[in-house]
Amino acid sequence: MSQASIKVGSAPAVQYLLRLGDSCLVLAQRISEWSGHAPILEEDLALSNMALDLLGQARGLLTHAAKLDGQGHDEDQLAFLRDERQYLNPVLMELPRGDFAFTVLRNFAVATWLLLLWQQLEKSSDAELAAIAGKAVKEAAYHQQHAADWVVRLGDGTEESAARLRAALATLWPYFNELFDADAVDAAAQAQGLGPAWSSLKDDWLAHMGEVLREAGLSLPRNSAYQSAGRRGVHSEHMGHMLATLQYLQRAYPGGRW
Amino acid sequence: MSTSTTQNEWPLWEVFVRSKAGLDHKHCGSLHAADAKMALQMARDVYTRRQEGTSIWVVQSSQIVASDPGEKGMYFDPMEDKVYRHPTFYELPESVNHM
Amino acid sequence: MYTQAMSVGPQDAPSSKIKSAEEMQREAAFEARIDAGDFIEAKDWMPEHYRKTLVRQISQHAHSEIVGMLPEGNWITRAPTLKRKAILLAKVQDEAGHGLYLYSAAETLGTSRDQMLDALHSGKAKYSSIFNYPTLTWADIGVIGWLVDGAAIMNQVPLCRCSYAPYARAMIRVCREESFHQRQGYESLLVMMQEGTPEQKAMVQDAVNRWWWPALMMFGPADKDSPNSEQSIRWGIKRVTNDQLRQRFVDATVPQAEILGITLPDPDLKWNEARGEHDFGAIDWAEFWRVVGGDGPMNRERLGARVKAWEDGAWVREAALAHARKQATKEQAA
Repeated sequence: MSQASIKVGSAPAVQYLLRLGDSCLVLAQRISEWSGHAPILEEDLALSNMALDLLGQARGLLTHAAKLDGQGHDEDQLAFLRDERQYLNPVLMELPRGDFAFTVLRNFAVATWLLLLWQQLEKSSDAELAAIAGKAVKEAAYHQQHAADWVVRLGDGTEESAARLRAALATLWPYFNELFDADAVDAAAQAQGLGPAWSSLKDDWLAHMGEVLREAGLSLPRNSAYQSAGRRGVHSEHMGHMLATLQYLQRAYPGGRW
Repeated sequence: MSTSTTQNEWPLWEVFVRSKAGLDHKHCGSLHAADAKMALQMARDVYTRRQEGTSIWVVQSSQIVASDPGEKGMYFDPMEDKVYRHPTFYELPESVNHM
Repeated sequence: MYTQAMSVGPQDAPSSKIKSAEEMQREAAFEARIDAGDFIEAKDWMPEHYRKTLVRQISQHAHSEIVGMLPEGNWITRAPTLKRKAILLAKVQDEAGHGLYLYSAAETLGTSRDQMLDALHSGKAKYSSIFNYPTLTWADIGVIGWLVDGAAIMNQVPLCRCSYAPYARAMIRVCREESFHQRQGYESLLVMMQEGTPEQKAMVQDAVNRWWWPALMMFGPADKDSPNSEQSIRWGIKRVTNDQLRQRFVDATVPQAEILGITLPDPDLKWNEARGEHDFGAIDWAEFWRVVGGDGPMNRERLGARVKAWEDGAWVREAALAHARKQATKEQAA
């Protein structure tokens, strides 16, 4: 016997929140894999700190999304019991953590993006979302600074660290496109005053990325035509394995109390 | 396995945290960091996780100049017999003792 | 988390060379300070044997915290709720922090972090053998919080009055953070036992069956088999004996087990009215020495994981140093 999935509705506001909430949840999961394995003890603490912040943001967003969805679900049912097709994080978040260069570069890119997004969400017509954003904006600012410092250290460190950072950038670049995709969900969110269309953040994001990558001695790769579709629930092969791990206990112990 | 020499180690930094405005910075321990910016961030991550900080100082341990404990007698004993510096030395009438 | 008495291992013979009159005078003055309850600070004179014992004890305590992150870290990605995931992540992060405070205290005695890690990775230094056991179910996480952190707290509180002040101060910081560790574990078991499914209750009982005896072993060998304890007690490094702590732990834990509704796996465990303490069964010392000696269920994997993390991280540490040096050169040139 195992626990069946729940289904979340498709109202644009709920989808908009889940795209963000799932991003925080999935990235937190990936970063938390470093616990006990970081290059130095101090950095183990820093990475766990970032995972905890993202987890907190995810909890706030999932709780709120569940409320708007109006089926009486809670944060855990949403986090642990949806089918893969209902998770709406961009594929970027679910990629395995890779080496330290891959991790800090992804952290930097996502923190930069999140900071821009949270700053806009502080003005949301939805009071709860604005409140979550008010707290998250400070966390994202710290994450961005910490990750940016590491990108520069690795880019302008040794031959090996620079090579690893270049490889990470080449791997990650095509997945950034999805962060600035535009569709009806964004349009609805913008019209409602819920939050900005993600595509509106692209120019600022590119400017910040370019600045730090230049300082790190890297140039922006050529534009890629690749378009991942996690935001519409179509994920990479990595997602299934990640969900199998994440969901295991809830699925194996139906009715369990924790 | 790489052999460790102190030349390849990240330097050691001493951390001082002011927990609240109005209080002094207190020494709370040390950590290893490659540069000052990292030391500051790490100090924040390691020593202020339970909201214990409003301000952090980090100093490379090699920069600390300390008094020689062997000279403790010379440095600190002369303070012992100057008790008139301590407020409790002065007995005042009860009505003005709150001074 | 804590390490069992580190009197296990090769004994440092106190120096057998002839001592000068001056050195004997200094040692006498030092012993007098200890007897008076004085604190010893980093730059104070201390007998070489005192220094060596402390470096070994503090560094092995630090290693225990770091290795102790692994059995619990094993369940972070599988935590059953977001709240439990956050709690576990924070707890494991605390353990990293404790390791850090302790390495920091040990470094005041003239050793370096890299030297201590070298000793750990090469197998020369020890860490608490409790962490060589596997975490096979989620209930193991609750049981570790309840029993293993419980035992650790019992060991650690007396250390807050250790004669070596940097260690005592680190321990005060550790103890402040530690009670959350035990409480969260116990609470998670309470929920499963009081509100959970039969399968969850069975999971908890199974976890207790596997962790109870190893937890008792955390207090180290019996007093009669702990030769270094006497010296450590004289020097204010150790305040209570292994057997005394173990007895305290059993007496504190029995009522906690009753409230949970689980059975402790010891048919000889019973209250002794005459002694005012619980009698308990014989510990399998053969298992203890086997695990301490390197043949426990997961010794090789635990150490292997730490060595891998260190080696995989070498290029990162080198890059950070290289960058810092480049920056320093640039600043000087400016």
